[in-house]
Amino acid sequence: MIVPSLLLELAPVLVKIFGAFFVVLTLTAYLTLAERKFSAFIQDRIGPNRVGPFGLLQPLADGIKFIFKEDIIPTQAHKLYYILAPALLLVPALMGYAVIPFGDYVEVAGRLIPLQIADVDIGILYVLAIAGLSVYGLFMAGWASNNKYSLLGGLRSSAQMVSYELTLGLSIVGALLVYGTTNLRDIVVQQTAYWQVGSILIPKWGVFLQPLGFLLFLVSAFAESNRLPFDLPEAENELVGGYHTEYGSMKFAMFFMGEYTGMITMSALLTTFFFGGWHVPWLEAAGLSRNVAAILGVGAFCAKTGCFLFLYIWVRWTLPRFRYDQLMKLSWKGVFPLALANVFLTGVCLYLYSRLM
Amino acid sequence: MIGIKKPEQTLMQKIYLPEILRGLAITIRHMLRQKPVTCEYPEKPHVVPPNFRGLHRLIQRPGGRERCVACELCLTACPANCISMVAADPNDPNVEKYPLRYEIDVLRCIYCGFCEEACPCDAIELTPHYEMASSRREDFIFTKDRLLDNNRYVPEGERVSKVRTNETYLRI
Repeated sequence: MIVPSLLLELAPVLVKIFGAFFVVLTLTAYLTLAERKFSAFIQDRIGPNRVGPFGLLQPLADGIKFIFKEDIIPTQAHKLYYILAPALLLVPALMGYAVIPFGDYVEVAGRLIPLQIADVDIGILYVLAIAGLSVYGLFMAGWASNNKYSLLGGLRSSAQMVSYELTLGLSIVGALLVYGTTNLRDIVVQQTAYWQVGSILIPKWGVFLQPLGFLLFLVSAFAESNRLPFDLPEAENELVGGYHTEYGSMKFAMFFMGEYTGMITMSALLTTFFFGGWHVPWLEAAGLSRNVAAILGVGAFCAKTGCFLFLYIWVRWTLPRFRYDQLMKLSWKGVFPLALANVFLTGVCLYLYSRLM
Repeated sequence: MIGIKKPEQTLMQKIYLPEILRGLAITIRHMLRQKPVTCEYPEKPHVVPPNFRGLHRLIQRPGGRERCVACELCLTACPANCISMVAADPNDPNVEKYPLRYEIDVLRCIYCGFCEEACPCDAIELTPHYEMASSRREDFIFTKDRLLDNNRYVPEGERVSKVRTNETYLRI
């Protein structure tokens, strides 16, 4: 009976894939609404409230609008690359989720199922590698449009992405040194431990171990997902769009979704790396059953990720955009040396710690 | 060339992060305070100031006849030339002259209120009503009957004047 057992193996994986896909895409859609709502609240406005109660069906209306818009391909554009580019941006953004653990194990019919699509040992390297792929989408879009403004926009974006990818990777090296693993599940498990200070238990979250690393990663994550104050690729109110100037209809929507999905990936990564993933502090003492604890953990993971998503939106509607040279200066003269210093310091501390303990 | 000296930054400003936090505090304050300035127009009608100049009305005498004595001062004062009038004799011992036709083209009107100022009998007035949208041009030509009907846009007590004859209000 090989088929049923294969099905039994595949079923949970498929469920997780579809579940993650559904949640992420829905969240992406609703993130656009959240962005508009929160921006409105911050600016003392009301925000979209026409479609559905509190404008809750707005993403649906937007989707329908995008689908029914005329899909124009400029005659001078390189057709294949022009069509391929939005997909190349959106797909890596979605692929990043594959390795992010969103919960502990749950027990279903006597089997332990990890709440993670793929538990791979190179977890964080995979995420960074996949995130790096999205540059191709950006640049391809800029180049294939056959428009000088798109091309310049593509160049601008690629330069930014490449610079901040470097700092993104470097800023977590310190944390990787501390954790001693690149497996995201192991990283979260390590963060479920506690320090005992007097009678208070402090969770061993990455943010306490690597505050500087967290800060640098946060800045790089903002830049990497092209969000304000680093949204030079788009810069909608002072430059001619960017790489997606020539795009319309659903292709433009895909760029948009790519940006928001990227935000979700980065937020999930921040949670996993620095805020204990699904870990709910001091919950172990409550003595809950495995499944209940796991479900609470998923809730905690979502809540933490949501907080970062809110931070993204909050920062966007607070800070003005950097000038391009300031952006580059911050990357190469600010974040980069600090990240290196962080790696060095962490290494020295770890060495001393291993010698003294 | 003008050299502009950049203001000296303090250490806290150079670190930049405390200033970002300050900015974030300002925006979150606005978000939590939740006092939107948005006017939700079609649902919540816009409240106009008491002297708002909207659609015109012709004020009535108690009998239902218009107060207007067809002196044509409004038509003379009108900078947009949007008022047209044909005067006639009403065969009424109390009224000497009346407008047989009185029309305002509100598409031409600039709502300056000069007609109201010029009128010696306070017979024309601009009401606070401003919702005049229509897809037909005829709807913007306000005839005498429609102008008299516009009395519905003002409170009950202000619709009809108390006085009846020309002499009475020419003396006012």
